[in-house]
Amino acid sequence: MLEVKDLHVTVEGSEILKGLSLTIKAGEVHALMGPNGAGKSTLSAVIAGKDGYEVTQGSITFEGQDVLEMEIEERARAGLLLGFQYPVEIPGVKNIYLLKAALNAQREARGEAEIAAPEFMKLIKDQLAFMRMDGSFLQRAVNQGFSGGEKKRNEILQMLVLQPKLAMLDEIDSGLDIDAMRIVAEGINSLRAEDRGILLVTHYQRLLDFVVPDKVHVLVDGRIVKSGDAQLAHELEARGYDWLLEESAA
Amino acid sequence: MATQEMEQLVRREYKEGFITDIESDTVPPGLDESTIAFISHKKGEPEWMLEWRLKAYHQWLKMTPPSWAHLDYPPIDYQSISYYSAPKRPEDMPQSLDEVDPKLLETYEKLGIPLHERAALAGVAVDAVFDSVSVTTTFKEKLHEAGVIFCSMSDAIRDYPELVKQYLGTVVPQGDNYFAALNSAVFTDGSFVFIPEGVTCPMELSTYFRINEANTGQFERTLIICEKQAQVSYLEGCTAPMRDENQLHAAVVELVALEDASIKYSTVQNWYPGDENGKGGIYNFVTKRGDCRGDRSHISWTQVETGSAITWKYPSCLLRGKDSIGEFYSVAVTNGRQQADTGTKMIHIGEGTRSTIVAKGISAGRSNQSYRGLVKIGPRAKNARNFTQCDSLLIGDTCGAHTFPYQEIGNSTATIEHEATTSKIGEDQLFYCQSRGISEEDAVNMIVNGFCKDVFQELPMEFAVEAEALLNVTLEGAVG
Repeated sequence: MLEVKDLHVTVEGSEILKGLSLTIKAGEVHALMGPNGAGKSTLSAVIAGKDGYEVTQGSITFEGQDVLEMEIEERARAGLLLGFQYPVEIPGVKNIYLLKAALNAQREARGEAEIAAPEFMKLIKDQLAFMRMDGSFLQRAVNQGFSGGEKKRNEILQMLVLQPKLAMLDEIDSGLDIDAMRIVAEGINSLRAEDRGILLVTHYQRLLDFVVPDKVHVLVDGRIVKSGDAQLAHELEARGYDWLLEESAA
Repeated sequence: MATQEMEQLVRREYKEGFITDIESDTVPPGLDESTIAFISHKKGEPEWMLEWRLKAYHQWLKMTPPSWAHLDYPPIDYQSISYYSAPKRPEDMPQSLDEVDPKLLETYEKLGIPLHERAALAGVAVDAVFDSVSVTTTFKEKLHEAGVIFCSMSDAIRDYPELVKQYLGTVVPQGDNYFAALNSAVFTDGSFVFIPEGVTCPMELSTYFRINEANTGQFERTLIICEKQAQVSYLEGCTAPMRDENQLHAAVVELVALEDASIKYSTVQNWYPGDENGKGGIYNFVTKRGDCRGDRSHISWTQVETGSAITWKYPSCLLRGKDSIGEFYSVAVTNGRQQADTGTKMIHIGEGTRSTIVAKGISAGRSNQSYRGLVKIGPRAKNARNFTQCDSLLIGDTCGAHTFPYQEIGNSTATIEHEATTSKIGEDQLFYCQSRGISEEDAVNMIVNGFCKDVFQELPMEFAVEAEALLNVTLEGAVG
């Protein structure tokens, strides 16, 4: 469903991605790993359409559509959804309001009517319970005063409500204690489906003990230098990234 | 997002129009004693009122316009202004909505203004169409039963001279400031409200009901009195853009609350702001002050300011009664070339007095906005408390926001809290919303409305919904 070909991206004049290629098929869970500064977050940001990233070469297609030609919101409505490493606080805007607006924007794009309030409440209550969040979350301002763990659970909650075709999770595991990690991982596992792709961007192997990926890619200096199965993540955990750095330099 | 796109997004279209060249019953431009005598005579006022006006005029002559505000405009030639024009004859007005600027009508539609009211707002001759006569009659009867007086200032001077004499100018004296003095000399009309002891006004009073009594806009004078234990909620203005060919507006509002009385005064100000270069917009110099004269009295100002080329306005509270409470909740939005210098003054005189200030400023385009607030605690105001929060939100990077807080604390038992923030509407916030499928325009609206929430929740319910819609329309991009 997602096809990234020979992607070159520069940020403020310096090249971060230097010819990255990646294919994700429906039903697959991919983990993108790599040392700090390798360009992991850049990839998901470019796919989502964040400002400030210049694509100098290559292409991104999603279900045959040229992603780079689409507006940010069009990408989301097409089913590409990014879970943030640092979810943004929006004072005064209730969580439930953002969720409903997002869901209705997507429904509208699909030509569906706005969701009825009772139906929405039912949907959201089930998902809240699944993420072990109580109803007060909905009434709080978006991410404001949330703990690190709450913010990340909230990102997964949005995924559960919006049901994207491709879920991209940028360092969803950073700053989580073990209990929060379990809840987040359960959320991600429940997103696994035959018609859905998942891209996990992570620095550590820890999350992958709970969410076992189908494919693991190692990103070093703007390129994928090695791909493998879940076993590769364990190897990285044991050996670190240095041997790959040396390999790629050789 | 590029600055240019941002500008596109916040640029609003607001078509200039409606300049009529029809000679009405107007005095020639200029201001002297004879002009004031003419106004007073035209309105059939008693001798004491004329003297009151003349006293104000003589004080005004000795005064100079204030220059301390963070505003930039050419000097106003007060001799080039015409100070009286009789209400227009129906045949001089547009005869139907077909003759009205379609852009204005579009805005009314977006704001959900009922059809029959659109005509009145646009200045169409509405006598034949307007069905508010019956509405007005019904609500006047209801108020009469409760003993509430709600009428125009002209009627009050004629029908309730003792009340007017007793209270007029006791909160904002004739010589209070340059614009108040000018208003006192030449005011043409306004509202008068009197709530007798122990009465809770059975409905929210609104100038909205009085829109068919046209031509009160330029030098408006409003006086609201709440006797002991009386209560009223008053709504001024409406969310629909108001047009007016008079560029200079200088209104005065006086509120008097006696023991245990409560006055809630809500304003939505949406005067024409001028074109993209700021040309033709209204200059709005307003003096609003509430006097918490009685113990445990309560005055609350809530305002949403989106219009005018220039706004100079500081709704204030004199907290004289023991344990009296003053509140100021404000949202000010400036766009294009608009300039606003606005805020409040909380003067704590009595013991145990409390005040709350929540001011939210949103600047977009090339506009400039200042918050100016004074908290003064007198020597006798033991255990007085103030809480101030003022937040500024910038949209784009060609606008400005400034904060000028003043504090004068005259005794050591006072508690003062002040919080202030300035933030740029986050590209991160926009990206976050958009990456959930929400359009850029909806995202801006969502973020801005969230920012204003603390103030909107102080507005009467219906008004709050309108205010939100108004904000969205105000910040709307080049349609689409």
